[in-house]
Amino acid sequence: MSGALQDWKSQKKPFAAVVTAPVFWLALFFVAPMAIVWLYSFGQNAGPVDIEISGTLDNYKRATEWLYVSIFLKSFAVAALTTLLCLIIGFPVAMAITFAAPKWRPWLLLGIMLPFWTNLLIRTYALMALMGTNGYMNKGLAGLWEGASWLRTLVGMQPLEAWTPVQLLYNNFAVVLGLVYVHLPFMVLPLYSALDRLDKSLIEASLDLGAGHFKTFMQIVVPLAAPGIVAGVMITLIPALGAYLTPDLMGGTDSQMIANVIERQFKRANDWPFGAALSFLLIYAMFILIAFQSMRANKVKEV
Amino acid sequence: MTQAKQPIIQIRNVSKRFGKVTAVDNISLDILAGEFFVLLGPSGCGKTTLLRMIAGFEMPTEGQIIIDGQDMSLVPPNKRPVNMVFQSYAVFPHMNVTDNVGYGLRIAGVSKGEIRDRVAEALELVKLGGFEDRMPDQMSGGQRQRVALARSLVMRPKVLLLDEPLSALDAKLRAQMQFELSDLQDKVGITFVTVTHDQDEALSMASRVAVINKGEVAQLAPPADLYEYPANRFVADFVGSVNIFEGKLTLDEPDKAAVDCPGLGKIYLNHGVTGPHGADVWVALRPEKIYLHVPGEGKAVRAAAQDAPDGHNLARGTIKGMSYLGDITLYEIQLEGGQMIRVSRPNLSRHDQEDFTWDDKVSMHWRADSPVVLLS
Repeated sequence: MSGALQDWKSQKKPFAAVVTAPVFWLALFFVAPMAIVWLYSFGQNAGPVDIEISGTLDNYKRATEWLYVSIFLKSFAVAALTTLLCLIIGFPVAMAITFAAPKWRPWLLLGIMLPFWTNLLIRTYALMALMGTNGYMNKGLAGLWEGASWLRTLVGMQPLEAWTPVQLLYNNFAVVLGLVYVHLPFMVLPLYSALDRLDKSLIEASLDLGAGHFKTFMQIVVPLAAPGIVAGVMITLIPALGAYLTPDLMGGTDSQMIANVIERQFKRANDWPFGAALSFLLIYAMFILIAFQSMRANKVKEV
Repeated sequence: MTQAKQPIIQIRNVSKRFGKVTAVDNISLDILAGEFFVLLGPSGCGKTTLLRMIAGFEMPTEGQIIIDGQDMSLVPPNKRPVNMVFQSYAVFPHMNVTDNVGYGLRIAGVSKGEIRDRVAEALELVKLGGFEDRMPDQMSGGQRQRVALARSLVMRPKVLLLDEPLSALDAKLRAQMQFELSDLQDKVGITFVTVTHDQDEALSMASRVAVINKGEVAQLAPPADLYEYPANRFVADFVGSVNIFEGKLTLDEPDKAAVDCPGLGKIYLNHGVTGPHGADVWVALRPEKIYLHVPGEGKAVRAAAQDAPDGHNLARGTIKGMSYLGDITLYEIQLEGGQMIRVSRPNLSRHDQEDFTWDDKVSMHWRADSPVVLLS
């Protein structure tokens, strides 16, 4: 650490050579556009394509209207639920991969990674095909229903009424399910890396000292996997909070999230200043989450 | 060892196979209450698997393990009256010393006051008083090991299992811990079962040693017997340094025996070996039991070897290599027949190592009770 820090001071030229390109890249393609959008958020429409940056706070005032606050809160709730479900599903999956025979591990990880390499749009439409009123999920349920009905007739009972397809799509359930499906790998991978680093003899030591599997899990595995849990929660929660495609395609009229509202401002409403203000409020919310996490990480280090 | 010598662990025809690999092959042995038992063997010989089966982390493929009269076949590790000190120590990194040592008692639901007293007592026992609030990453390897020891001892197990307890320590600390472990075992009176690949560790700490080779017990004996009366070539070679020569048994009577070794010469023993006449045998001779003489001391050599008939227990050769180790000097000597023999010589005075040097012609003799005849 100290070596690296001293080096760049004494060798400024090579350091500059290495750093200039990425700094330039970041400035040109990240800081500058973000700064422009940030400035827009203090402006107002002066014509169909002109924005006058007048320093007004009207856009932020409008964002505090209940309509938008409620969508913000709802986005948080959906993202938090998604993250929780990812954690509940992802932990056993990560444990299973960690304890699988070494020769199977790369294949299991590949199974987790594979959806990553498929276009999000295709994955989402594939999921929708499964969940539609004519989709395989409904067909499967219909099969079960008819089976149950047939069993009833066997024992001399009245058959069940005809199957009415369940509305699986275009509601909040579909949005959460879609988000969990999309974000599960983000949760599994950091959990796996934390569990993989965990010395297995710690688990054996706990068993040896009389703890059962559940107590060992709660007292040893979970606390030691905490960095992985926090990392998994953060990198699931943040993209889920800004999710756009899934609520747009799978949600109903009442399941729009904040990203959908922002999109509408930039496109149909053609109100870039307000869209910019909403965007930056979302970014600030994410900053606060990250700040909380790093504060917590620092605290752990101090102990 | 005040307790009656009754078995606390009985291992009955235990085998363990992992797929096609047999790690433990039909081992039966008894470990007595209060003894310091060592499982010694090269890596991969099955000793750790055997220890893990006693702890309950592995289930025997065949056979039975009985601890304190109770069959352990279906008993999970958390219900066994044994505790283990792991090779990596497995000290919980997110707990301080007190919480680590008190972990098992908390799980068992012992009252807070009793936990405090017993943890303090255990820390005192392993000389870690004053370290109560330390986190594991603020401690040295040796200290972490003491935490692991205290954490197991505080449970008052019937048997304490130790998996390569000293392998991660440096040489000085290892020597010190050997004494401390023996001392500790004496104090607490708990049966210790230790796994090691280090013969020095085994010899210095154990009351009895089981040498394990390829999943089987090669010999089970107290340390001195293991060294002085090895049962076979594997034990002779694994425990200490040894010269082994092939030969034929030419004489075998109750009070004397002789072996003709083409490589070394005629060997005479002042006790019988129970082997068939003319059988192929091996003679094991420890380097420190061979005396070196300057050539030309023919009379002296013959006089020294007078506990054997003329021409027996004598050899001649040329020094081809030597290494000065401080307390002793080790010589590699080429015998007249071409084979090499290793001889060690204590440096009783400061200049002893100057007596012999490379390419010196030397004579050797050994006492009639020094060679060991091995039948396998």
